[in-house]
Amino acid sequence: MSTATMATDQVAGAGPAPTGQTRRPVGRRGVRAAPYLLSLAGSAWLLILFVIPLVSGLIVSLMSGNPEKGFTFTWDWGVYSSIFVNPAVPYATFFVRSLVYGGAATLITIIVGYPMAYFIAFRVSPRWKNALLFLVLLSFLVSFVIRIDMWAFILADQGPLLTILRDLHLASKDFHILGTSAAVIGGDAYNDLAFMVLPIYVALEKIEPRFLEAAGDLYGSPRTVFSRVVLPLSRSGIFAGVLLVFIDTVGDPVDASLLGGTNTYTIGQAIQDAYLTNQQYNVAAALSTVLMILLGIILFVYARIAGTENIENLV
Amino acid sequence: MSAVTQDPNVVGGESLDTTSRRVAGEPRRRRRPILPLIYWVVVGITMVPIVFMIVYSFNDVPTGRISFPWSGFTPYWYLNLGQVSGLTHAFATSIEIAVLSALISIVLGVPMSLAMERYRFWGRGALNATVYADIAAPSIVVGAASLSFFLSSSISTGFVTILLVHSTFNLAYVVVVLRARLSGAGTALEEAAGDLGASPVVAFRTVTLPLLLPGIIAGAMLSLAMSIDDYVITSFVAGPSVTFPLFVYGAAKVGLPPQVLCFGTIIFAVGLLLALVNALITRRAPRPAFDDE
Repeated sequence: MSTATMATDQVAGAGPAPTGQTRRPVGRRGVRAAPYLLSLAGSAWLLILFVIPLVSGLIVSLMSGNPEKGFTFTWDWGVYSSIFVNPAVPYATFFVRSLVYGGAATLITIIVGYPMAYFIAFRVSPRWKNALLFLVLLSFLVSFVIRIDMWAFILADQGPLLTILRDLHLASKDFHILGTSAAVIGGDAYNDLAFMVLPIYVALEKIEPRFLEAAGDLYGSPRTVFSRVVLPLSRSGIFAGVLLVFIDTVGDPVDASLLGGTNTYTIGQAIQDAYLTNQQYNVAAALSTVLMILLGIILFVYARIAGTENIENLV
Repeated sequence: MSAVTQDPNVVGGESLDTTSRRVAGEPRRRRRPILPLIYWVVVGITMVPIVFMIVYSFNDVPTGRISFPWSGFTPYWYLNLGQVSGLTHAFATSIEIAVLSALISIVLGVPMSLAMERYRFWGRGALNATVYADIAAPSIVVGAASLSFFLSSSISTGFVTILLVHSTFNLAYVVVVLRARLSGAGTALEEAAGDLGASPVVAFRTVTLPLLLPGIIAGAMLSLAMSIDDYVITSFVAGPSVTFPLFVYGAAKVGLPPQVLCFGTIIFAVGLLLALVNALITRRAPRPAFDDE
């Protein structure tokens, strides 16, 4: 405890009279209120505009009524059975389809994104890494809806791609891309590729180069070095990527409505329509709840299988 | 390119001697073209819609809707950006919301990330989980839940509700970016400032804020991008307001007016310019090493 610190404490009027310890704001006792004061506004904001809406939005499924007149709690679980038991709309099909689309898109982003991340992390001099990462993110500078609609424009039956393919007799007259599941999955994968590349890159970048040297010195072939050292150490990156991409693609209504057709209707579109078109608030809330639970279960199982540590390490 | 010759191998105070990586058995030594090929082909594919957007913003279509056959080059659509009713207004709305929500999320996010990175306190874990949940939750669920909440609180949807919701998801991104910036930077500098007689306010302004500035800029950029781009959540809480993505989505069903591509190209050009300026600035001033590892 220096007298200088004591003096500044009193001069600045900071906190209580010194009690024999210097003012250190890091995880020490002494300044108890500081973190609460600092995080108060942000916490309140998140509580009021994220936590409460999310919880109450899901609870709406157990209510009857409408937002204008107010809801009454009826604890009526009937809406859940009405979704899945002899429903007017085949919601179960939409759920399965969305999970398949999301899974396929996620897989594509891993297969394509891992080599890209590996290339940037290990094959490029530090000078160019940022530039190559920037190129991966470059398409984000264009509005997402425009990008997807440009794909629809390119892949349309009378659009440039199919016109060229037909002229080269590589595609028959009744060959379509737009409106198929492949178009929707491709669009999903295209949208979220960067969300897979970046976390994998971060994980690869953290790998100690000496580990690779050691593996090489111990006669590990490149393949073994990859499968026994690099891949296990980058698992956390893949996990974070899967989390981001899978959640985003399963619920996304935009790709399916702009690139898909009548046979590619997804749960995201169903929630949007139930809510905004048909005003079936409790149905929309129930669908949202089921979606959250399904995603939670799938990602929990995946986390157990993949055995990853805390996601925070990636940030 | 900066004229300052810096040792490119020293990053964050740690020597990354690239030559030492080239050891027998290390994959780097083998010059197989497959990885660069995958990288460049995929990056090329991601650029395809952007190239089409730029090219077709100059196509002289007679109908006022973009169509595939090339009818000749014209700058007409750029000179008549305001011709499409509602488009310019939607664009202006998007820009306003983006700037305001970035400001709100920075103002809320800076103190919050300082608290979360530098203190252990009751509720920190819950707050952390909430931040990640905010990023991870499916947009469609967040949008639907937000609309329920506004309707049942009798808050009429429109500009203000879009702003509130955008600030909420941006806050989470800002906190993550700022915490990444703060982690590893100890508090030695602030303590030194205090020991030298600076009040906490002065120490924050002269030491902490400059340290955070790159993170604040990155967070603000990310916020702007996220906000300008958001369609799903906004579609629920927009009420009578129309943002740029909402307008584009609505027009996509009947064919986009070429002016939409012009706006898209302008955003792209401005974003590219900002990114390049940012790269030049950060290249001039390398990040000081604060590693206490």
